[in-house]
Amino acid sequence: MTLSMFWQHLMNGISLGGTYALMAVGYTMVYGILRLINFAHGDVFMMGAYFAFYGIAIFALPWYVSFLLVIPLTAILGMVVERAAYRPLRDAPKISTLLSAIGVSMLLQNVGFLLFSGIAKGFPRPSVFAKQWSVGSIRFLSLTLFTIVISLAALVVTFYLAYRTKMGRAMRAVSRDIEIARLMGINIDRVISFTFAIGSALAAVGAITWSIKFPALVPDMGVVPGLKCFIAAVLGGIGSIPGAMLGGFLLGIGEIMIVAFLPGISGYKYAIAYSALILVLLLKPSGLLGKMVEEKA
Amino acid sequence: MNRNWTILIALVAILLASCAPSATPTPKVVTKVETKVVLVTPTPPPPAPLPDVIKIGCYEPMTGGMAAGGQQTWEGVDLCNKRYKSEVLGKPIQVVLADNKSDKTEATMAMSYLIENEKVVGVVGTYGSSLSIAAGEVAEAAGIPVVGCSPTNPMVTEGRKWYFRVCFIDPFQGYVMAKYAVEELGAKTACVIQAVDEPYSVGLSKVFIERFGEMTGDTKNVLSLTSGQTGDTDFTAQLTYSIAKNPDVIFAPFHYREAGLLVKQARELGYEGPLIGGDTWDAPEFIEIAGDACEGVAFSTHFHPTGALTEMSQKFIELYEDEFGKEANAFAALGWDAYMLLVDAIERAGSVEPEAIRQQLEATKDLALVTGMTTINYTHDAVKPAVVKQVQRLPDGTLGFVYLMSITPE
Amino acid sequence: MRKATGRILTAVGLLIVFMLLSWAEKNLDPYKCRILNLIAINAIWAVSLNLIYGYTGQFSLGHAGIIAIGAYASSLLTVSVVKKAKFFMIEPPIWPISVIQWPFAPSLVVATLAATLFGFLMGFPALQLHGDYMAIVTLGFAEVIRVFIMNLYSITNGALGVKAVPAYTTLLWSWGCLAFAIFIVKKLGDSSYGRAFKAIREDEVAAETIGISVFHHKLLAFTIASLFAGLGGVLWAHLICSTDPNAFTFLLSYQILIVTVMGGMGSLTGSIIGSIIYVGLAELLRPLDTPTTAIRILGTTIRGHPGTRMLVISILFVMIILFYRRGIMGSKEFSWKWLLSKLQAVFKSKTTEQEK
Repeated sequence: MTLSMFWQHLMNGISLGGTYALMAVGYTMVYGILRLINFAHGDVFMMGAYFAFYGIAIFALPWYVSFLLVIPLTAILGMVVERAAYRPLRDAPKISTLLSAIGVSMLLQNVGFLLFSGIAKGFPRPSVFAKQWSVGSIRFLSLTLFTIVISLAALVVTFYLAYRTKMGRAMRAVSRDIEIARLMGINIDRVISFTFAIGSALAAVGAITWSIKFPALVPDMGVVPGLKCFIAAVLGGIGSIPGAMLGGFLLGIGEIMIVAFLPGISGYKYAIAYSALILVLLLKPSGLLGKMVEEKA
Repeated sequence: MNRNWTILIALVAILLASCAPSATPTPKVVTKVETKVVLVTPTPPPPAPLPDVIKIGCYEPMTGGMAAGGQQTWEGVDLCNKRYKSEVLGKPIQVVLADNKSDKTEATMAMSYLIENEKVVGVVGTYGSSLSIAAGEVAEAAGIPVVGCSPTNPMVTEGRKWYFRVCFIDPFQGYVMAKYAVEELGAKTACVIQAVDEPYSVGLSKVFIERFGEMTGDTKNVLSLTSGQTGDTDFTAQLTYSIAKNPDVIFAPFHYREAGLLVKQARELGYEGPLIGGDTWDAPEFIEIAGDACEGVAFSTHFHPTGALTEMSQKFIELYEDEFGKEANAFAALGWDAYMLLVDAIERAGSVEPEAIRQQLEATKDLALVTGMTTINYTHDAVKPAVVKQVQRLPDGTLGFVYLMSITPE
Repeated sequence: MRKATGRILTAVGLLIVFMLLSWAEKNLDPYKCRILNLIAINAIWAVSLNLIYGYTGQFSLGHAGIIAIGAYASSLLTVSVVKKAKFFMIEPPIWPISVIQWPFAPSLVVATLAATLFGFLMGFPALQLHGDYMAIVTLGFAEVIRVFIMNLYSITNGALGVKAVPAYTTLLWSWGCLAFAIFIVKKLGDSSYGRAFKAIREDEVAAETIGISVFHHKLLAFTIASLFAGLGGVLWAHLICSTDPNAFTFLLSYQILIVTVMGGMGSLTGSIIGSIIYVGLAELLRPLDTPTTAIRILGTTIRGHPGTRMLVISILFVMIILFYRRGIMGSKEFSWKWLLSKLQAVFKSKTTEQEK
């Protein structure tokens, strides 16, 4: 492999990682608060992408309006899901919420197949994102730069929310110890709804960047990215927002590099990725940036 | 404790006792075949009374990973039934659709449901060779003819009595694209990117590599074989690697969603050479997804709307345009053809007896269908020329599929 | 009710069931037989997941991988040599697969043992973790197995899969294996091992403190569960008569989870009930999927549409999770005592009515 090829692969990896990072942050926020693997996150992501598509295709909104509108819409969807499927199970054993998440995921997908049909839809790519830039012989889309900027912006906004606002403090308190937080007078329901809203909003942004990069929508498009982003979140340390970002980028770069360095076994790509995940979990279960959370008996 | 063991042993004994006579499931199948053999006697039997409604089953993946192709195929079947041929032997035809959810177990259940519950006289389907292979076992055991629309993997009909198909098979398709690459594009080297999880893609890639090697003198002229998966969206790694080898052509037989993304990414990475694929690229959504990037790519397929092959082709194009408002795709054409082949066989047989239909299917010769003059050969596959299409800029400025050439079987 | 009476009733009940199954095999159409076979197979898988989760409290999403091992091993051992040579298209099958052709019983045993071995290998590292982490690791292992199956062309024929698998699964085999599975798991649950499992499920730290070697017990449960998962896989392969790696994605693990949960985590009877509901509903609701079904409501015609079936099932699933959290049976089992008490209650109310 030549050096320029290496840089191109790296660029591809960063570009891919950026799209993973956004969704991974949404996952990690929900997990940090509720200790729940929100399997439905990937499907909320899918819904966000379709909202954006229909905003442009049916309502003929200019793309920036549609994209902006999609964010609060998806946030509302996330909150509805939480209210309907997770809140009633707050006192049940954790497995119930997990199963409910799987159920909601299937439900959203089936709704998707019914409403949108399985035929892939082409997502419009606004020209500002489609510019082909090159540094030396390394080519990338202007979209890559936007994705990185947006991911970092999302990170900054999330940090601001988490550390500089009252709600953020409440969120951190709830994630540390939900019972004590309740005793302290924090309105748990509102905090959790807010977390889901932010997480889903991030998923919507992720969905838009994803769909611009990979402009083919199908109702089960959220399943594999959802799983990958969860892995990214776990890799980086579940519960840690910078960890999720790091995990997302690492996963993106890793996926590309595996094929780049070992093209002969590119068919084994996922086996290598999962094996790496298993190794990380066995050797450092809290992930790269996470802290071990004691499982109370 | 002893009591429990006694019970267990008693149960096992009962199991073995009742297991023994029915250890092999064949007795059941044999009886079924026997009754059928009795019906089809050398002297023409008195025509059995036809049912009031002749039911034809159609099983396709309408949900799940392969829903895209399944829904398109169904469009063709449904269109033909509703607006072209809704009667045979004087009775109305009802098409019963069963969704197989892109899942093997479901495919067998759907086939079983159609055959046993709905009592269909024949089945059309399915998109997806692995699903056809699975459900085919059920049809073989039950003795009901099935006509596949688009599964191109040889395993679907190989060694089977009741499964047929209206499309060509991958060994032929691989030859077609290799021939196109070597003779039309003048390629001396190639890179292949396959979908490792898709039997169609793996089989087709293997044949392409073999034939390309034959035609250029050395299989090493295929410089690399990398893999992706259906459902993947990023192929930049495989592409960067392949492009760096400087091949004369890249062959990437993915489904149209992945293929569209792959072609787009290839151009974004600066590759300006030819990209070719197989019949799964033949959908207008491919152009929708790939955009301007797909200008100039070519692929083998079954049918070209810009230039009718037969009278039926023209009718199909008209009706499709009228019903759906967009250009027809290959899978709808094949769905239509599979339905027509089955119905035509029923007509020629003059009855709805499975064995009679099956014999007529085997005897099909030069039947004019949408995708051309079709003859069914001894392996139950269709012998017909393949069409090579290319994406070109049409006079009105948009991109569309343009007919390049036909390549006939060797 | 004395224990002995209960046992005799169970024996008689089972005898009746198996006689019914023999009758069904010969007289019902293949479609209904398929449904019954699938119910048994899904129930076996649910029982095995129950052993891991319901009894021992560990969360595993790796079933699909173990099932794949069982299914593939048995298929490769039983398909005829001639056919194998034909459909191994990418690379010819390696020895000994190219020469082996065994009958059902030995293949079943060998394949199940292979699955058990893989279960052991999977459980060893996975059980070091807890809760969600274990779920992800088992999921990862299952996917790794699947990817390997997909790429080892000379062993498994890759994505093309194996076909022409002889149809050895009959109602007696599938329900017989289910009875066997339930028997073993129940025996295990009632033994000292079972008490250890329950202790581990309730509180691992406390269990360790009183001298239960937690890891060994967890591994035992996992391995035995893998045995049954593999057994189910073998039966599945000989029912569907073909196999390929795409049949064993995490969607299959989810499906088993749904069946187990619907019936009740920790209840073996629940596993059967959950399986009946899932498989039965999926088939019963087929008319919802076909455009030819139409209902007239308030003057408008609503047509069936593909996908409606799964929508209804997923709604049902979410409802069950929300309102019947412990599943339909919870962790209760069917028992003769319960049935008798119900009958007595009905009888009593009838007699009091007559007296009035």
